[in-house]
Amino acid sequence: MEALALRGPTAAPVAGRFGRHGGRFVPEPLIPACEEVEAAFAEAWADPGFRGDLAWLLSRYAGRPTPLTPAVRLSAELGVTVLLKREDLAHTGSHKINNVLGQALLARRMGKRRLIAETGAGMHGVATATAGALLGLPVTVFMGERDVERQAHNVFRMRLLGAQVVPVRSGSRTLKDATSEAMRHWVSATEDAYYCVGSVIGPHPYPWLVRELQAVIGQEARHQCAEQLSAGTPDQVVACVGGGSNAAGTFAGFVDTPARLVGVEAAGGAGAALGEVGVLHGFQSLFLQDEQGQIREARSVAAGLDYPGVGPEHAHLRDLGRAEYVTATDEEALAAAVRLARAEGIVPAIESAHALAWVVRAAGTTDLPTGSSVLVTLSGRGDKDIATLTTYLGDEEAR
Amino acid sequence: MTTLETRLRRDRGRKLLMPYLTGGVTPDWTDHLRAIADAGADAIEVGIPFSDPTLDGVTIQEASDVALARGATTDGVLADLSRNRVEVPVVVSTYANLALRRGAGRFCRSLAEAGVQGLIVPDLPLEEAGATSVAARAANVDLALLASPATPTHRLREIAERSRGFVYAVSLMGITGEREHLAASAAALARRLRGVTDRPVFLGFGISTPAQAAAAARDADGVIVGAALMRRLLDGADPASTAGFVRSLRTALDGVPARTTADAGG
Repeated sequence: MEALALRGPTAAPVAGRFGRHGGRFVPEPLIPACEEVEAAFAEAWADPGFRGDLAWLLSRYAGRPTPLTPAVRLSAELGVTVLLKREDLAHTGSHKINNVLGQALLARRMGKRRLIAETGAGMHGVATATAGALLGLPVTVFMGERDVERQAHNVFRMRLLGAQVVPVRSGSRTLKDATSEAMRHWVSATEDAYYCVGSVIGPHPYPWLVRELQAVIGQEARHQCAEQLSAGTPDQVVACVGGGSNAAGTFAGFVDTPARLVGVEAAGGAGAALGEVGVLHGFQSLFLQDEQGQIREARSVAAGLDYPGVGPEHAHLRDLGRAEYVTATDEEALAAAVRLARAEGIVPAIESAHALAWVVRAAGTTDLPTGSSVLVTLSGRGDKDIATLTTYLGDEEAR
Repeated sequence: MTTLETRLRRDRGRKLLMPYLTGGVTPDWTDHLRAIADAGADAIEVGIPFSDPTLDGVTIQEASDVALARGATTDGVLADLSRNRVEVPVVVSTYANLALRRGAGRFCRSLAEAGVQGLIVPDLPLEEAGATSVAARAANVDLALLASPATPTHRLREIAERSRGFVYAVSLMGITGEREHLAASAAALARRLRGVTDRPVFLGFGISTPAQAAAAARDADGVIVGAALMRRLLDGADPASTAGFVRSLRTALDGVPARTTADAGG
């Protein structure tokens, strides 16, 4: 596949709504900033010049298209055909670069002078720091203190790239609180700062904008599946879901095919599978919360999935019955990461391993019958998780 | 005219004072409520604490965390308010998730039953306020909307038109919390708003001292003081010292002529 499959722009959802979800639940001071981003992106996304610049960066800088790798040994073990969409091979080691390059180009086009971002596992922070370095824009990343400790490798990478990392000490000290803090900072900085949201969350236009920028994953995968599978499309399309950007980008390529779409959440952060309708961080969707409406803290070994909600488009796809949302436990994800490492020589991020964990569990059942084909988006590589995986392996071997 | 509108009038003859108090922040929080009412407040904003207050700075975040850790809930705060009616109107502020969780209609009715007359939901801008606005009106609760220095004039007009009770003018581009100086954007926003509405305009965010309150009131009809008061409570102030701080704000505001040249435009 030579050319990049940047599909034509999809119109913004009216009032930012995906069914009953989405919207723009932000304080009045942020309304003009959201409107400014919406107008600028709509205009840029319709401009072949902007799309050309992005396509150039995605291929010459970020390494797209990423391969679709048949997981031969794992497929033989499980009795299903497993194809891996290799976002772990994109520059910076995850799909986050797709989104960030688009938003950084947009920020520059809007005349913004710096970038702010939230991050969980640090992959979005690293990608933003990278784009900032590339385009000469200073970057400030908000990261929960707990994540700063458990993803120290990525904190170092961000600092190496010249970004400022601000540890967030409020609440659960994870992604939820980093997002709150980034929004607080943005209110005071809308003139010169561009808020580079890392997932398909936040106020309109972000869930739409980020999905548009991540749709390249699904578009490429669809072409690649057509080349590699005799049936043309896979029976199932599986991706992990925190906020849900790699899943949204993957699903965008298959939503109009018969493929079954499955989002796999962390058992301790299952907004789509277990959440109820609520409003947080500028959008209406499904959130883990108590009966009073206080948001519950997510708990996952995967910092990137440690979010109590899910992007509004996923909540809508669930409402429609078009996508299903299931969960994998910490233990299942860690075991799946090790299994992929040993069967295929690929160490996935623990986030991505949740998608694999579900495939491992479902293979051979009615959920994923023997002989069927499944596309799994491997959203990132596991270098950042080596310490966690080492501890896990040590415990396993001690047993 | 609603009760809140009869009490919070621009022509009341003095500059208006609305201190803010986080519901449930201390075991004796209703004693503070009473003390504030008796110390010269024209209305009191009572926050129902939320787990993720994205428009609040460290002080009110801390107050919310403390209240939640003490077990504060929407029902609990409203029950306390119901049992401890004060002579001045109470305006509840909270985030959208708590208001929408039980349905806007039920939420607004429960406010009214507790004697609450107004409501502020910072993350419900014009576009998202529709259902809550209808529910509030049906319950005879005034939903006050926020305006900010970045709000363009055509939008200010719509906000003022749809706001009930008063208009909450966010004095600066930022979050709640004490500041060393009153933001330069405060006066300009208050003047722009008074140019488009007869409803009282309250300046809030970053008004921390009696001197800042007086300065803000030169252009606004009233001021809201939150973090400066909550900082004192978190540091252990008793109701008498809370009252002392409120009285100092009252005195400063009473030194500002209630009718200023700005009234010509309002």
